[in-house]
Amino acid sequence: MTDKVEVKADKKDLTLVCFSGDFDKVLAAFVMATGAAATNRKVTIFFTFWGLNVLKKDYGRKALGKGILAKAFNFLMGGRNKLPLSRLNFGGISPYLMTGMMKKHNVATLPELIEAAHALGVRLVACEMALHILELERKDLIEEVEDVVGVATFLNESENAHIVFV
Amino acid sequence: MEFLDITSETCPMTFVKVKLKLAKMDKGQELEVILNEGEPLQNVPASCEEQGYQVLSIEEVGGGKHRIIIQK
Repeated sequence: MTDKVEVKADKKDLTLVCFSGDFDKVLAAFVMATGAAATNRKVTIFFTFWGLNVLKKDYGRKALGKGILAKAFNFLMGGRNKLPLSRLNFGGISPYLMTGMMKKHNVATLPELIEAAHALGVRLVACEMALHILELERKDLIEEVEDVVGVATFLNESENAHIVFV
Repeated sequence: MEFLDITSETCPMTFVKVKLKLAKMDKGQELEVILNEGEPLQNVPASCEEQGYQVLSIEEVGGGKHRIIIQK
């Protein structure tokens, strides 16, 4: 699914602010993003703070950054395979159980939704400030990330869009 | 004619798969889609028409399933 899809821009754009790094909330963000993109809307997801975990190149745990605190935070937060459930996480087992239940009921899993979002031309952008705090660099993020932007750029680009905060 | 069965898919992969399939096809090519009534039947043909594709036919094939033919 590498072919990019042309988006017809006769509908209101959708911008999702993915602040959360919780498995269930990130899932909701990607369901909205892919659904909107598939129904001909231009979609951007702005990842900030905990949401950046979704974009890390390392899906597991890695002590990224230079300082001891950044390393500790990055290790403990982990990547997209380590996203916790917002409730009933049970020490990290729940996301695996939930993924199993999703597969059983033919619901797209998070990696599938991320791949679909990319194929549909959903724009993934990362928050510059949050990257700074966590001492992350562009090279620590997956290739699908189109840009690293500040809040002013994000607001300018979303001037005529619905903005949804997750 | 290309073929896609989305009866076992759930939202949002129903219209995501149709959209991605159509994106890979050439203009003028036809796509046969088998889908369930309800949400997919309401939204897939409408979303295809919005993109400027033509929905040539919609027919019920039993068991709540429908066959639609879309021309890119």
